[in-house]
Amino acid sequence: MSLQGTLPDTGAKVSLFNDPAVRGIAYQVVVALVIVFLFYEATSNAVENLRAAKIASGFGFMENTAGFDINQTLIHFSSTDGSTYGRAFYVGLLNTLLVSSIAIVFSTVLGFIMGIARLSPNWIVRKLSSIYVEVIRNIPLLLQLLFWYNAVLKPLPDPRNSITIPGGIYINNRGLIVPEPLAGSLFSYVYIALGLAIVMAYAFSRYAKKVQIDTGRILPKGLVAVGLIFGLPLLAFAIAGFPLTFDMPKQSRFNLTGGMQVYPEFVALLLGLSIYTAAFIAENVRAGILAVSKGQTEAASALGLSPGQTLRLVVVPQAMRVIIPPLTSQYLNVTKNSSLAVAIGYPDLVQVFAGTVLNQTGQAIECIGITMAVYLTISLVTSYFMNLYNSRNALVER
Amino acid sequence: MSLASNASGYVRQDNLASEKPPTLAVGPIAWIRENLFSSIPNTLLTLFGAWLVYVLIPPAIEFLIVNAVWEGKDREACLESTVGHPVGACWAFVRARLGYFGYGQYPFEERWRVDLVWLMLAAGVVWLLWPRVPYKNFGSLFFFLIFPITAFFLLTGAPALGLPNVSTNLWGGVLVTLVISTVGIVVSLPLGVLLALGRRSKLPIVKFACVVFIEFVRGVPLITVLFMANTMLPLFLPGGWRPDSLIRVLVGVSLFSSAYMAEVVRGGLQAIPRGQYEGAMSLGIGYWQMMVFIVLPQALKIVIPNIVNTFIGLFKDTSLVAIVGIFDLIKTVEASLVDPRWATPVTRVTGYAFAALFYFAFCWGMSQYSQWMERKLATGHKR
Repeated sequence: MSLQGTLPDTGAKVSLFNDPAVRGIAYQVVVALVIVFLFYEATSNAVENLRAAKIASGFGFMENTAGFDINQTLIHFSSTDGSTYGRAFYVGLLNTLLVSSIAIVFSTVLGFIMGIARLSPNWIVRKLSSIYVEVIRNIPLLLQLLFWYNAVLKPLPDPRNSITIPGGIYINNRGLIVPEPLAGSLFSYVYIALGLAIVMAYAFSRYAKKVQIDTGRILPKGLVAVGLIFGLPLLAFAIAGFPLTFDMPKQSRFNLTGGMQVYPEFVALLLGLSIYTAAFIAENVRAGILAVSKGQTEAASALGLSPGQTLRLVVVPQAMRVIIPPLTSQYLNVTKNSSLAVAIGYPDLVQVFAGTVLNQTGQAIECIGITMAVYLTISLVTSYFMNLYNSRNALVER
Repeated sequence: MSLASNASGYVRQDNLASEKPPTLAVGPIAWIRENLFSSIPNTLLTLFGAWLVYVLIPPAIEFLIVNAVWEGKDREACLESTVGHPVGACWAFVRARLGYFGYGQYPFEERWRVDLVWLMLAAGVVWLLWPRVPYKNFGSLFFFLIFPITAFFLLTGAPALGLPNVSTNLWGGVLVTLVISTVGIVVSLPLGVLLALGRRSKLPIVKFACVVFIEFVRGVPLITVLFMANTMLPLFLPGGWRPDSLIRVLVGVSLFSSAYMAEVVRGGLQAIPRGQYEGAMSLGIGYWQMMVFIVLPQALKIVIPNIVNTFIGLFKDTSLVAIVGIFDLIKTVEASLVDPRWATPVTRVTGYAFAALFYFAFCWGMSQYSQWMERKLATGHKR
């Protein structure tokens, strides 16, 4: 909000010192010079210091063999067969994305339940959910993670005395061990059937909408969609002869063998992130629902819509418009907060790359730069799509 | 009148006392019917809620109060074999370690200096945040100028004044948590205001620099900023100049929170009607005067609740410095847990419960304040 450009040229003589345009340029030159100077100083110091510490800058280290192991890997990674630091980066990135995406799903579900519960007419439900939100929001996430990991999951019995749940599920201090599903060769037909079902469900809902617009007849599109999406893959599964076997965990003398292990670090991070974020999402949801004026609900019931229809067709679409922007920023927070994994040893991007790799190679600038760039990219891409969504769905005002 | 009294034997001269409403329409029973058992799903929800309360609350009270051990010299006091019943929280451990949790390894004979700083901090906070206390200008002068300088010399020491130096690696616990959050608050507010003004400036280079800084910092997790401050800051400084590790995280936390503060302040600036700017310009006053005397006082007042919320986030985020090895409250609790003299099955949970209560008390207090302030400010804007 500067003054320059707002004064008409009256021809009156203004000294250069008082000319807003000249001043603006002068300020900017000063700012630019300061920034350039700081950058120059920082870079030259860094070059000097790196030379003194005999660290070669550059990204060549990504090709070097990493001499460490990571417990949870989505892609193959092993210290023995020469996996590189570059591969460790991908392992960390995938682990970050894995835990964030699952935590996003859990926290959304829990957050919506809690947010709606805070508006419930039922006193006890309302109070319980507001206690949940107040307590969880006011305790640092780090403390909650330490609690889940060190105080809840670590004191679980050792593998020999695992808590056993019928169906081959074991819980012990090394995590959760569940039967691992092994897909047979014909299992791909199930995926094909699923894809087909989604396409058909989409086509049917288009058709149902057209029928409703033309004739007013309402087709049960929800039921049909559910039937298609669950029924078709099941049918394919049966026709292919149930091509799915389970690798059951077996209790051996000291440990459990076989099965699929979900590591306690992952469980603790997932629990902590989901419960923490859900408290914030609950507040966003509550605010969103309260933002829909009562007149909307009353008008809907005056038109003869049932309470369920009112909620689904009138309240939720309008509330979503208010909820989605803060919801996205909560999703970004989940991704950023997943970096707290480093405190409990879950091998996420920060723990693997800005931790282990940095310590082994000493390439501080490169490692932290890349890590920051990843988070920055995720957050900029998300906010780009958010702005796109916003501009499409914002209320058009006169 | 006389006619009526003659005409019939009995006419009621005064009203009947009104009857009590049926108990099913008002009163506690009706409230329960209305709020808890109005329909079958509602009843099920109530039962589920009651079950949750039953599962959560009594064990929590039992653990924290009923079965808790309040006094004792060492781990023996908190063992089931000594107490004779299942042990709840081992508060004796917290009591024994309270000095460490509060001051870290700050020398005993110098701890009055820390106490004095806390007193000044409390006085400054009350002065600024309680609307009834007068002389707010001096209050902000005290909080943003006098207090930081005095606190700096009190805490680090001033040998010329007879205060021996205390190295920052001896600081710890609540002291460090409060130092980081206070420095974060004191630095982030002015810096955030400057960044917000820069972002709304019409000077392209200034605007560009501010936007890049704000978006960059907001796009990365605090922990990477702390890593960067910890490992990269020494690289960027001239050789041999290695700042204290506490200073490094202070720089990181302050820059991080000022980017968030900038966005909050920007929200306030956008809410000020254009007429205010134009009015100021038509009076012929300059940019800085317009901002300082006309726009900012109004803008900051609107966003006080959001500023407090940012402070709450900052206060919780200070716990992250534990990851880069600064002894804040969480780190001192963790460090105490390895002490074999207090190794019991309940020590860890007790330590965490203590830290949780501390953070909860501060954050909840701040959020109650911000809600109260919001209600107070809302009255002025109601139409």
